[in-house]
Amino acid sequence: MTATETSATPLGAEMVRTAGLRAGPMAVGVACLLAACLAGVLIGPVALPPGAVGRDLLDALPFVDLSSGLSPAESAILWELRLPRVVLGGVVGAVLALSGAAYQGVFRNPLADPYLLGVAAGAGLGVTLAVAYGPGLAGWSIDLRPVAAFAGALLAVAATYVLGRSTGRTRTAATLILAGVAMASFLTALQTFVQQQESETLRQVYTWILGTLGTAGWDQVLLILPYAVVAVAAILVHRRHLDVLSVGDEEADSLGVRSTRVRLIVVAAASMGTAAAVAVSGLIGFVGIIVPHTVRLVVGSSYRLVLPLSVAFGAAFLILSDLLGRTVVAPAEIPIGVVTAFFGAPFFLVILRRSRRLG
Amino acid sequence: MRRLLVLGAVAIVGAGCAAQPEPRRGSEGSADPAFPASVEAANGTVEIPERPEHIVSLSPTSTEMLFAIGAGDQVEAVDDASNYPAEAPQTDLSGYEPNVEAIAGYEPDLVVMAEDPGGLEKALEALDLPVLAQPAAQSLGDTYLQIEQLGTTTGHTEEAAALISDMQRDIQELVATAPTFQRAPTYYHELDDTYFTVTSDTFIGQVYALVGLENIADAARGAGTGYPQLSAEYILHANPDFIFLSDTKCCGESAETVARRPGWGRIGAVQDGAVVELDDDIASRWGPRVVDFLRAVVEALQRFASGSS
Repeated sequence: MTATETSATPLGAEMVRTAGLRAGPMAVGVACLLAACLAGVLIGPVALPPGAVGRDLLDALPFVDLSSGLSPAESAILWELRLPRVVLGGVVGAVLALSGAAYQGVFRNPLADPYLLGVAAGAGLGVTLAVAYGPGLAGWSIDLRPVAAFAGALLAVAATYVLGRSTGRTRTAATLILAGVAMASFLTALQTFVQQQESETLRQVYTWILGTLGTAGWDQVLLILPYAVVAVAAILVHRRHLDVLSVGDEEADSLGVRSTRVRLIVVAAASMGTAAAVAVSGLIGFVGIIVPHTVRLVVGSSYRLVLPLSVAFGAAFLILSDLLGRTVVAPAEIPIGVVTAFFGAPFFLVILRRSRRLG
Repeated sequence: MRRLLVLGAVAIVGAGCAAQPEPRRGSEGSADPAFPASVEAANGTVEIPERPEHIVSLSPTSTEMLFAIGAGDQVEAVDDASNYPAEAPQTDLSGYEPNVEAIAGYEPDLVVMAEDPGGLEKALEALDLPVLAQPAAQSLGDTYLQIEQLGTTTGHTEEAAALISDMQRDIQELVATAPTFQRAPTYYHELDDTYFTVTSDTFIGQVYALVGLENIADAARGAGTGYPQLSAEYILHANPDFIFLSDTKCCGESAETVARRPGWGRIGAVQDGAVVELDDDIASRWGPRVVDFLRAVVEALQRFASGSS
């Protein structure tokens, strides 16, 4: 549908050309993701023999029957702790990176990301309120936290957008981000206040703020998966539209893209993805801005490449960050938010320098 | 209850020592010969000109100590976390985010705090209010020292000494009744539901060491903190004989929730019913109730010994 809408234009011709160049980077992205998964599963604070881990994993495939040599306890470590943690890290990383890229496209703003827009802070406030004042979670069949996080995230991004627009005709890239930073500070202040009022019951929120995958299990994977799948699908479907939007709303409208509708859908999807990620893993910063920009610096700015590659590299980045977090001071852990910032920022600066030199 | 006992003991001691030159008076302590007093504390020399009658305590542990040595009547206000004993005059004051004006509003003649969250001591000293810092104890010795400091600064030296010797006797007895094992049993002490724990370098860790328990978190000493966060897979692998939960209040954890965690059902402690639910407060304070904490540990050890023999 989108191809017919745009193929008659010069822009469409350009897209066709890039489509041919897509296979290479995508293959690299998938290879990186697989390598990260493999490393994440094979390496950990408890040394499991790699050969045995491989056999145990193959054994789980239908029609394969291998004896791995892992003890029941080691098998439990692999299947109930390490594997869900790698999967959860991958899903959270993919969603955060993709959401960041999507916000950047929708707002045509290179600095937009779930944190700078206040979306994560809104989701965090939602979760805190749900934990503090929500009905006891035990009696509920659905977990309130992702829903509360989504509500908080949507309110935050809407407020940021309205604030960013209300400054009138002098709107620049910086205005939206300034509004987002103000909104994030305000929501964080509210959250801190609630947390202090309820400090007796909310001690766990403190560790959650720093982000954690340390208690990951299949439960949390199942909790985030539906939201993540819907968000990723909704954003990826609109990848061509985001390319069209990047030339300007009027041009996009003249090309038959309903810019307002696309914006709303993509922002809602990105906010839902971010909210679900925040609900299961806390506030893990940096992924949404570092990953998409790194991808752009390497493959250019077409969203048809940037979005799927952000999924692959976002997942790989978070899996590897978590791997560092749980091995550097093993058997102790470093909060994942600390790792993403500590390793992500210098890595990004190196890429930025290199691309400047080339360009 | 403890306070009544202490008061009773004071009455007896007072009666027995009537002829001695230092009789203990009621609360009209201005003529108390024990003052002016001075103690060497974590924040240097603290001078107390007169027997304090309006103490503000910003530390739950210090509050427990003050009441245990019979200085409760001299306590004007305690912070929002000082929930023991019940008669402690709990207020909205916070020990973490202290409001100097609010503290000064109680016109205290002594402020006791744990850690200075930044500038509190300076601000209070600018108002000419004596401040006694009693940071988290590193050992039982620190606990006794802090009780002694409070005894001196409040005019209850004898009760403080009596409390210390009571605690020492109780701890000795408990250690003596603790069963011994051929192989030291291992344990994991949980601070919260993201697996923060303590090593043997901490106050809590030393209490467990008294009865010969071995800490699985000592492998994480390299992390450079006494309070590391452990990987779940390491806890499973270490397979501790005991799990002590000091996150029953904060995080609602229990033997049941621990058993439901992925993979945790395989841990020896979970299978043998050796998951011990502690009171968060008792297990995080370094005051007189450390005896109750040790008692809970010893009782768990006894159950374990009778079950495994």
